[in-house]
Amino acid sequence: MATLRNLLVRYSTFLILLFLVIFFSLVSSRFLTASNILNILDQSALLGVVAIGVTYTIISGGIDLSVGSLVAFVGAVSAGVIVRSGVSVPAGILLGLLVGTGMGFMNGLFVVYGRLQPFVATLAMMAIARGLTLLYTQGRPISGLGDAYTFFGSSIGPIPVSIIVLTVVVALSSVLLRRTPFGAYLYAVGGSEETTRLAGVSVNGVKLGTYAFSGLMAAIGGILLTARLWSAQPQAATGLELQAIAATVLGGASLMGGVGTTIGTVAGALIMGVLANGLNLAGVSSYFQQVITGSIFILAVLLDMWTKRRSVPT
Amino acid sequence: MQYSLKMQGIHKYFPGVHALNDVSFAVHAGTVHGVVGENGAGKSTLMKLISGSLTPENGTIEVFGEAVSFRTPAEAQRHGISMIHQELSVVPARSVAANIFLGREPRMMGGLFIDYGELYRQADKILKRLNIDVDPTQPISGLSIAQQQMVEVAKALSYNARIIIMDEPTSSLTERETETLFKIIRDLRSEGITVIYISHRLEEIFSIVDRVTVLRDGKTIRTDAISDLDEAAVVHSMVGRTIDSVFPKRDVPIGETILRVEGLSGNGFRDVSFTLRTGEIVGVSGLVGAGRSEMARGLMGIDPITGGSIEFLGVDAGAPQVSGMMRRGFAFVPEDRKSEALFLGMSVRDNLVISLLSRIFRSGFVKARHLADVTSEYIEKLRIQTPSQMQLIRNLSGGNQQKVIIARCLALSPTVLILDEPTRGVDVGAKAEIHTIIGDLAAQGVGIIMISSELPEILGVSDRVLVMKEGRLAAELNRDEASQDTIMQIAATGGAA
Repeated sequence: MATLRNLLVRYSTFLILLFLVIFFSLVSSRFLTASNILNILDQSALLGVVAIGVTYTIISGGIDLSVGSLVAFVGAVSAGVIVRSGVSVPAGILLGLLVGTGMGFMNGLFVVYGRLQPFVATLAMMAIARGLTLLYTQGRPISGLGDAYTFFGSSIGPIPVSIIVLTVVVALSSVLLRRTPFGAYLYAVGGSEETTRLAGVSVNGVKLGTYAFSGLMAAIGGILLTARLWSAQPQAATGLELQAIAATVLGGASLMGGVGTTIGTVAGALIMGVLANGLNLAGVSSYFQQVITGSIFILAVLLDMWTKRRSVPT
Repeated sequence: MQYSLKMQGIHKYFPGVHALNDVSFAVHAGTVHGVVGENGAGKSTLMKLISGSLTPENGTIEVFGEAVSFRTPAEAQRHGISMIHQELSVVPARSVAANIFLGREPRMMGGLFIDYGELYRQADKILKRLNIDVDPTQPISGLSIAQQQMVEVAKALSYNARIIIMDEPTSSLTERETETLFKIIRDLRSEGITVIYISHRLEEIFSIVDRVTVLRDGKTIRTDAISDLDEAAVVHSMVGRTIDSVFPKRDVPIGETILRVEGLSGNGFRDVSFTLRTGEIVGVSGLVGAGRSEMARGLMGIDPITGGSIEFLGVDAGAPQVSGMMRRGFAFVPEDRKSEALFLGMSVRDNLVISLLSRIFRSGFVKARHLADVTSEYIEKLRIQTPSQMQLIRNLSGGNQQKVIIARCLALSPTVLILDEPTRGVDVGAKAEIHTIIGDLAAQGVGIIMISSELPEILGVSDRVLVMKEGRLAAELNRDEASQDTIMQIAATGGAA
């Protein structure tokens, strides 16, 4: 009984995902087909990658609200330098990744040295990055990217490139979190900052790295989205930061910090992808979809809290 | 005999307090050395000097004959000194092994990765050495407090500690867990490690330490082999002062019983029964962790109770809730002023009237004029020193802050006032004023329950004294039966003097 409960606690995200998949395959015959599954994975890849970055900041006890704007800004900058300035595609993409990482690092600087609360620092960055995107694009899409860029929005055989990117990102970020000192200290900082400091760990370094990492993940998301849309859109990824937080929480992370996994977060992102796709196939209006998504979110978090509270040893 | 630690002529000052006054402290290598004293005697300050959290103003510290001066805990650690704090410092969701080696994990592949296999092996080795039956891979939050404490000992050993300081290590342990800890302490001693053991509990001191140092009011009173002492001698050295006239007790007519508590139980206290009459001041004494605050919080409805009954003015109060108890006429001054009583960023006036608002403004709108009148009335009555009503309360002295909190309670015209450590961190002058206020309230017929760790205060102010020990009511003493020695004897040993 105790072990069953432990399994429930540990895998509740995956059970919810499994439940939704079974439910929708009963509702719609078109749901459980190879092409639809690949479609869901493709649709969820952007959210998955970005949410992994947000998960890192949440594990550290912080948050990152700027990722949606960073996705848009990185897309605009990389597309802009390629289309307007004739920079080569690899160089343009590399520049985009650097810009995203750098702006994430600035979030870290505000948090560590400015002693701003992460919510405040990244809320400001959210506004700044969106504003810079609008300035840079003059509010208009940048298109004409060329095949080398849109490759990231295409498929290799039946497999969308975005899914390959997501898989690589999940594998690397999971190893970083579970096998390296940085990962261990990330959990430690989120669990008890003071204890970590007294153990001689550079808490500031860990935090700076965390926000830079989140910026890098947003940048990868920006490239993926721009390649998929064949253009950089100034209003792209609006509200993505909230979906990323939702995926992280669905994945079992605690907003208090110290807890969370990349795999869980990806499962959280898939839950949201499956919901959107399944509700579409079932013909539910998009207005009503939001009500359902919100309700499922609350139910999932309540379930998680309930199982965890029951499993606390006394 | 070699000394592992030798301190001489140590002085430490805090604003307004001479915390350590010419303290000398020497510990023989490979022994268990007890440190005892009342709350506020300077034990914690002394330990913080040894472990590098604080630096003394004067005096010398030698560790194994080498003169040292620690600026950080890390420096002390490098000299083989580890401290296990009363509040354990762990990263809850991480494994036992990760907690032990936090910041010093074994690496592999050129330092890029943590060698978790090696980490668990090393942790397992240390745990085995201490005979601690804990899986190093499991999250530390899944362990009992006692097991977490053992892990802290393992952590200290992993730093190659030669001196381990334990601050009240048994405060949250059961008797059996205490026995296990003692066994580990004896094992450490047989390996030549010095253990400095701080405790309030004399029975533990007598069963585990080789030598003991008694501190009182920031001074070393004595250091002796435990075999040369008995409990009465230690108790006398701990309290050893006479009550001065700082606590003028007023004769107040005591009326009828207003509160009858029967078998009250909750987290940290069990089966507590007592009564309170109008105009009566009941002091609650006991060691830190004896369940005094927990009992008061249960009575006030702040924390849930698990059993017992509260009868107030002849009516059963049921399961208490804070707001309900306050409407009935209870008021509470909590122990931790900063986090539980004050709104640091708000003005004196806003702090004072917060509980009053919904009571006097039934329409739902606040009249500032009225609040200003109430506030100036209490500023005058309690002689609160503040430049204005709108002064932020964080800028007031501790004594004046406390008076504002008491005024907040008085504005509700309570029938029962519960005070938890009302004069902690308050200077002597304000202390006497607070005692006068308490006396005046009793004279007006308010029933008062006062928790205090200061025996002179308890003895000076109370009509009756309840002594708590390990969550239970150990004794109820009348004013003429109570003395420092009897109370300390009951609180620390449970036996009669």
